[in-house]
This record gives sequence, structure tokens and C-alpha cells, in this order.
Amino acid sequence: MKENIRLTRLASCAGCGAKVGAGMLSKLLKGFETHYDPKLLVGYDTSDDASVYVINESTAIVQTTDFFPPIADDPFLYGQIAAANALSDVYAMGAEPKLALNIMCLADGMDKETVQEILRGGYSKAYEAGVIISGGHTINSGEPVYGLAVTGFVHPERVLRNVGARPGDRLILTKPLGIGVLTTAAKADMVEKPVMAKVYAQMTELNRYARDVMTGYEVHACTDVTGFALLGHGLEMAQGSGCSIYLEAAAIPYHREAYELASMGFVPAGAYRNREFAEPGVWAAEGITRAMMDILYDPQTSGGLLISLPESAAADCLAKLKAELEYAEIIGCVGQQAEYSIYIE
Amino acid sequence: MDILDARGLSCPEPVIMIKKAMESCEDAYEIIVDNAVSRENVTRFAEHNGYSVRITEKAGEYTLAITR
Repeated sequence: MKENIRLTRLASCAGCGAKVGAGMLSKLLKGFETHYDPKLLVGYDTSDDASVYVINESTAIVQTTDFFPPIADDPFLYGQIAAANALSDVYAMGAEPKLALNIMCLADGMDKETVQEILRGGYSKAYEAGVIISGGHTINSGEPVYGLAVTGFVHPERVLRNVGARPGDRLILTKPLGIGVLTTAAKADMVEKPVMAKVYAQMTELNRYARDVMTGYEVHACTDVTGFALLGHGLEMAQGSGCSIYLEAAAIPYHREAYELASMGFVPAGAYRNREFAEPGVWAAEGITRAMMDILYDPQTSGGLLISLPESAAADCLAKLKAELEYAEIIGCVGQQAEYSIYIE
Repeated sequence: MDILDARGLSCPEPVIMIKKAMESCEDAYEIIVDNAVSRENVTRFAEHNGYSVRITEKAGEYTLAITR
């Protein structure tokens, strides 16, 4: 492989930071005719992680797709991250992924070895997840893109939606924030290698383990924190659940290096889009710094799960999560619907 | 003082441009950017380094006067 190819330089934005804003998406999708089908348990209406369609009384099919431009220069890492991120939507529904299709765009300047390494990364994560990649589609395009369309299964009564949080619930986040800031700063060679190694390891980690633990408890709502950031996905959870969310800033796990880099202006464009979308629903205490808010609006790639579950189960669930996932924390709670959807103190 | 032209660049390039310029440790810089994200990020970088920023907008372009 040629060492001088920097994959991230072939792309104008990185990872889930490339995602079109939430507000723009709902405008784009407005007014189309769609069939009503009671078997469609989860569709567009609540901006959930995947769609869910009931096949019979014990099985529902879960479908999702996710793809993005390079977030790492190492093509194998990039492939792994893109696949882990695509699979994550299935785990966030409490489901088990089974089949996947490759989605790929090739740009000028990518040699055969680079393309193969990206695919090898994708296949390695699919294999780890017990998923079969059964086909795909590849085109030539201006920028490299890779991801998967994933199909999974779940019992119709065990679907975990991004809505359904109840007052009194505790919120658990399973991975630290700051990925968008760190990958933006890495493009400017502002992040030391060991830090990025830690960040890449986090992004390639499947949310399967968090799903395995969480499904042992009575979970009311779950989503994965990706392009719309903690506050964007949190807002969708709060509004869809008819509740307000109370976050304790000091309890939220994030990469310390990202805080410094955000205050230096390495804030991805996606974070500003997320702020524009979510800010009207967010109240932050005076002492919350601008850099902290940047991190809460920072788009995550292959981010962790945000889990809403009863207080009585939260400590036990967290202890089990921590055995596998050191960064998991209880970051706040759910309350009755108030003036704002999210309060940060 | 040279005016830095960061038009047509997206982040993190404008921040890198002002960062390199500031290695000369002068008291004033001026940079032109053409999007709100670069305006915000260059402002953050300047303020982080103890400068204050005055922004003027003209036809979607922002001129940042950076001083200390």
C-alpha cells in the first residue's frame, strides 16, 4: 500500500459529521405518500435508528443503512469503523444483525490495495458480529464512501425504540464523547498518535456488548449517539417520549483532549448544524463552558448507546457494563415534560 | 500586515492558517473566511490564545480583525 495516500484528505468531511442535519432531513421527507401498515412497528415518524417490520408473532425484521467518507487514514480502520457504526443501529434497537450489503464509492487516487483494505475492515467487523455480507454495490464517485445496509431480527415485543423514556428513569451513556472534534483536529495533525489509537479503538468497538448487557434489564428507550450528537439524539428521545431530560455535565464521559481542542476551534461543521437543530430545546446552566457545549453537540461516529432505564436497575446495569466498557456512566435522568426538552447542569 | 485569505477553505484549514500565522507572535492579524463555521472556529482559536476578535460581514464573507 502506498504510504502517501491520506484517505481523510480525499473527503471534505469526516465520518458521521457528513450527516445531513436533522431539521433538513424532516423538511426533505415531508409530504410524501406512504402506505400505512400496522406491521411496520418503527418507521420514519420518530427518527429512530432503524425500521422494524413484524413478520410473525416471534420475529420482526430490522433494517438500517449507514455510510460515510473516510474518518481514518488507515483503510482497514476506516472499514472497521464504518461497519461497526452501521451495525450499531441494529444493536440500538435491541436486535441481532444477520445480513449486510456493502455500499461503496471509489474516488480517483485510491489504489486496489486501499479498496481491499477498507473491505477487509468491513468484513472483519461483520464476522465478529456474526453477520454475513451477502452482496453490495460499488460505484465511482468524487469522494470515497463506505458503509453497510444491515438486516437484523428481534422479537416484536423486545424492540427498543428511541422513545419510551419515563420520568424517574436514569440515562446511561456507554462511550465517551469528542470523536468529531478529535478527528477534525487529527486532520491538522493536532492529536498525538496514542490518543487517536484510543479513539479508533473506541470507534471499532461493536455496541453488541452494551446491547447484551442492556437487554438483561427493563430498558424503556435506547438510541446510539452518532451524527446528531448527544444533544440531538437526546432531544429526539425527550420529545418523542413526552419527557424532559436532565443531564449532569460533570458525569458525562468525554475525551479530555477534545475539550482543549474544541476551545482551540477544532469544532466540526456538523457540531454547528447540531446546535442549530437542538439549541431551541436545550437549557444550559451558566457555568457550562462553550467548549463543553461543543462536545455535547459534537457528531459522534460509531458512538455509544444512550439507555433510559428505571432507577432501580441503573446501578446494577452500569456495574455490568463497566466490566466490559470502562467509560460507561450514568449521565442524568428523565423528568416530566418541562419548558425545555434538555436541561444541562 | 498581510490579510490572510481563507475563502474557499473548510475547517480545519482556516484554523491551521491562523495558527501558522500566529507563530510570528504579532499583535494584530486579519483573516477573511466565507462560512460561519470557519468564522466561529477561527474566533475560538484567537480567543484561546488571548486575542480579541472583531467581525465584519459583507456579502457572506467575514473579515476577522484579531488583536491583543
